[in-house]
Amino acid sequence: MISRRYALLLAALGALLLVSCVISLGFGPARVPVDVVWRILLHKAFGFGEVNWPAGQAHIVWLIRVPRMLLGALVGAGLALIGAVLQAVTRNPLADPHLLGVTSGATLGAVIVVLHVGEIIGLLTLPIAAFIGALASMLVVLAVASRNGRLESDRLLLCGVAVSFVMMAAANLLLFMGDHRAASAVMFWMLGGLGLARWELLAIPAATVLLGLLILLGMARPLNALMAGEQTAVTLGLNARTVRLKVFLVASLMTGVLVAISGSIGFVGLMVPHIARRLVGAEHRRLLPVCALLGSVFLVWVDVAARTLIAPEDLPIGVATAAIGGLFFIGLMRKR
Amino acid sequence: MTALSLTHLTWTPRDHGSCHHQFHLCDASLHVAAGEFVGLIGPNGSGKTSLLRCAYRFSKPDQGDVLLQHQNVWKQSAKWCAQRIAVVLQEFPDAFGLRVDEVVAMGRTPHKGLFDGDTVHDRQLVCSMLESVGMQGFEDHAFATLSGGEKQRVILARALAQEPHLLILDEPTNHLDPRYQLELLRLVKRLHIGTLASIHDLNLAAAFCDRLYVIDHGRIIASGTPHEVLTAELLHDVFGVQALIDTHPLSGYPRITWITQP
Repeated sequence: MISRRYALLLAALGALLLVSCVISLGFGPARVPVDVVWRILLHKAFGFGEVNWPAGQAHIVWLIRVPRMLLGALVGAGLALIGAVLQAVTRNPLADPHLLGVTSGATLGAVIVVLHVGEIIGLLTLPIAAFIGALASMLVVLAVASRNGRLESDRLLLCGVAVSFVMMAAANLLLFMGDHRAASAVMFWMLGGLGLARWELLAIPAATVLLGLLILLGMARPLNALMAGEQTAVTLGLNARTVRLKVFLVASLMTGVLVAISGSIGFVGLMVPHIARRLVGAEHRRLLPVCALLGSVFLVWVDVAARTLIAPEDLPIGVATAAIGGLFFIGLMRKR
Repeated sequence: MTALSLTHLTWTPRDHGSCHHQFHLCDASLHVAAGEFVGLIGPNGSGKTSLLRCAYRFSKPDQGDVLLQHQNVWKQSAKWCAQRIAVVLQEFPDAFGLRVDEVVAMGRTPHKGLFDGDTVHDRQLVCSMLESVGMQGFEDHAFATLSGGEKQRVILARALAQEPHLLILDEPTNHLDPRYQLELLRLVKRLHIGTLASIHDLNLAAAFCDRLYVIDHGRIIASGTPHEVLTAELLHDVFGVQALIDTHPLSGYPRITWITQP
């Protein structure tokens, strides 16, 4: 049911994303004019044009800001997708990627590494430890939530919240008793940030988000049916438990990868799906692409704010998304 | 030809614990022939919904078989069943504002694979089913903004979009005013596909059903044409109320008048 209006909206959002990506590269502690950004990009990517800019600017744009912008776009798209499908399968408009316990598991993994293991395999140690923590907490949530071979959405959410609290308690206890300097390294996971972005790290989140989008689009019809209720889903030939389990697994794995690289960035997964539904409705084949694009645009710009507001310091991006998201919801409530 | 047969079903609810004897089924058998409109009547908690849930492969019976076109539904997939049985439930939660045409298009789910798009046939089906329930022009309305009766008709359109061989309706006339009660049942009757419906209003059941089954305490205690089943004794025994039974002056089916004076 792709109407012309929808195709136009998709094209407009795609264009907005591309423009945002390029313009955002100019912002940061050191301003780079947009035309220079554009020429650096063309030169680095395709070898066009002559070099007539300082090497420092090229370095900042190509090695620092581009990977960071790409990571922001990927994380934004991923979190928005996860939020949308979790809200649908749990039929809870407040579901959010971080409610599943995955984020606090990642934090605990990171804390353990920072305090007791050290960076034994280099730069990737922390993300890997965070991902292992995320996987562990996902398995715990699943084990606790399923009962008699059933997996009910309310139990899933409650178990996610409960496991989150326990994991956070453990992480906080370790932090409290441990080295206070290590605490600042862990703050990164709690507040979120795109500072880890490197070209060589981008492949994993890119593959995760694209594959996730593809899988979830394939499940769009079951997701629609699940919104109508458990029994209705069965009468439409679906096994509600299997659908829910698949969505939960895909969402948790995606969240695990994204959180391992960028920490817990809140509110994107909660807020963007609601905005996207206002634009195109709740039907998932229409909703998911719009969610991904909006999430990307949103996070690219929030990261611009994060790196300019208190420059040369980096504001943790989770702080910015939480502030914007909270204000957004208050605004939404006052308008109604 | 038999469209659906339930043979000697026994089923006990799992979630309610052993103390709860409501809703269970005991040796219940029931048949729906192709094109036949069969009604299921019985007091609250007698097991009507449990029986229907077994019939549409939601609950698995402890004993007995559910045969759809002579195939055991539990040896087939849920998808196979959904391609043949459509169900109108009393459940329409809708937290996220789906549109009416999207709700009806859901009915195509059992006929679709992983990445299948909507074909011209699918879109035509959505339109013509909305038209047949009198909801054309409501395609892009939000489902949540409809009245109860309109919702019920949209859900029926969704069931019809499944292109089923058998319809199962759980109290389809609840929440409808008299006009839509009659219209909905007339519409279903005109379709001439096998239908199994639980109906609260016995006069409606008498008017529309070819045959009736009476369920009480999980057992089928009577079955037959409305004239055979709806007797003053049966109503007294099953529902515990006094009634006068005569014949409808215009249509010839039994008419029930409750005796409300003590």
